[in-house]
Amino acid sequence: MKDVSKSPWIIHYDGSSCNGCDMEVLASLTPVYDIERFGVINTGDPMQADIFLVTGGINTLNQMVVKQIYDQMPSPKVVVAIGTCACTGGIFKECYNIIGGTDTTIPVDIYVPGCAARPQSIIDGIVQAKECLKQKCIAEQKAAKEGK
Amino acid sequence: MGKRSVIPFGPQHPVLPEPIHLDLVIEDETVVEAIPSIGFVHRGLESLTDKKDFNELVYIIERTCGICSYMHGMGYCEAVERVMKVQIPDRSRFLRTVWAEMSRVHSHLLWLGLLADAFGFEALFYQSWRLRERVLDMFEESTGGRCIFSVNKIGGQLKDVPDDMLKAFSVKFTELEKEIRVMAKTFLEDYTVNKRLKGVGILTKEQALEMGALGPFARGSGVRYDLRETGYAAYPELDFEMCVEKDGDCYARTKVRIEEIFQAISLIRQAIDKMPGGEIAVPVKGNPMGEYAMRLEQPRGEGVYYIKGNGTKFLDRVRLRTPTFANIAPMVQTLKGCKLSDVPLYILSIDPCISCTER
Repeated sequence: MKDVSKSPWIIHYDGSSCNGCDMEVLASLTPVYDIERFGVINTGDPMQADIFLVTGGINTLNQMVVKQIYDQMPSPKVVVAIGTCACTGGIFKECYNIIGGTDTTIPVDIYVPGCAARPQSIIDGIVQAKECLKQKCIAEQKAAKEGK
Repeated sequence: MGKRSVIPFGPQHPVLPEPIHLDLVIEDETVVEAIPSIGFVHRGLESLTDKKDFNELVYIIERTCGICSYMHGMGYCEAVERVMKVQIPDRSRFLRTVWAEMSRVHSHLLWLGLLADAFGFEALFYQSWRLRERVLDMFEESTGGRCIFSVNKIGGQLKDVPDDMLKAFSVKFTELEKEIRVMAKTFLEDYTVNKRLKGVGILTKEQALEMGALGPFARGSGVRYDLRETGYAAYPELDFEMCVEKDGDCYARTKVRIEEIFQAISLIRQAIDKMPGGEIAVPVKGNPMGEYAMRLEQPRGEGVYYIKGNGTKFLDRVRLRTPTFANIAPMVQTLKGCKLSDVPLYILSIDPCISCTER
């Protein structure tokens, strides 16, 4: 298996965020912040993605969608929770329709706090996710060798 | 008659920044019917009324949407101020107008970018988002935030903006306007862009009135309806001309929004020139008693903020009606008869804000 951590593809799904973090994720793809200089590219297809960016909390309806996207992604994969809502539920934690943060549904590797998370911290989160992906790749390769 | 089939569109779709689900009934390549289903972003924000008091609620209402967050906070504050009969200082009224119009500029630039992305013009998408960053920089300089500002409070503002900073904003907006005019030329005159926008997604004036379309979507169809004419905040003291187009297609909506950017920049400059000095907030005592429905013009149309107080610090009810919710029915109407590949363009042409809609 090749090392995908040098140029991972990212997929973004807006859980139940207020749009703030959502637009900041898009803003970090545009020329001023330009996340593509770290080798990542945005894709809409979960089956080609390595890093999953989730913004906003999980509610009863989108829980199934988030889980489905996660299951469709090939292994190894990294999940980044962007914004306070995705980390813990945030300001909407007490709302009747919010279950909680992303980690109530799928395992989260990197937490990026902030309301709304700034593009600089989103970029930092993605760079850390690349490192995390690399470790996962090495671990999977090792496991595959030992399996033989 | 061709064979009919149903295609699910969304909630996770490359062109949509936010989740909305549509079941498209198609015949060959033509959409016969579209059935929307919403609820993927529903949080139940209004239910926090009984957990947070009316002062804390400003920050909850602001987080209805991260694009027009300032206007949400402003609408709620104005409603509570009217119930409590609080007269806010003049400087606060003008500052609210400046920030509200700045929100409109950045929201419309954002939308222009997303529209360009929907018809596959990536370079134009990057251009308009590059210009939008300049507005966000000014927001950051004056409020400290890029998306959520939290500068409103009941009775005025939390932060003042120094006069020399405001003067500098005026100069920056003049430069920005020149660059937007260069970019707008591509939207309005470019051959390929016109091919995608002209004559598609038509909503007639009758349909717009019948189905209750709002904001630039309705104004693109020739409906003269803009709540800034009713005169809240500092609008009565500023010169303002409504932007209306007749054709009702995607091109007309784009033109209305581009004109509104220039209109908003002109309003900002006027407000900065006329900015009065003095206090930015008045102390507020007591609790709200009574009810009021405040209406204001958001970037996407008319927003309604209904509040009902019972004399305690917890409100009885807060209700928000946001423009996208009203615009979904006319949008579904325009989808009938369009080609499947044009669906993203039609959806984006109403400037949907799903997190506003579902709260």
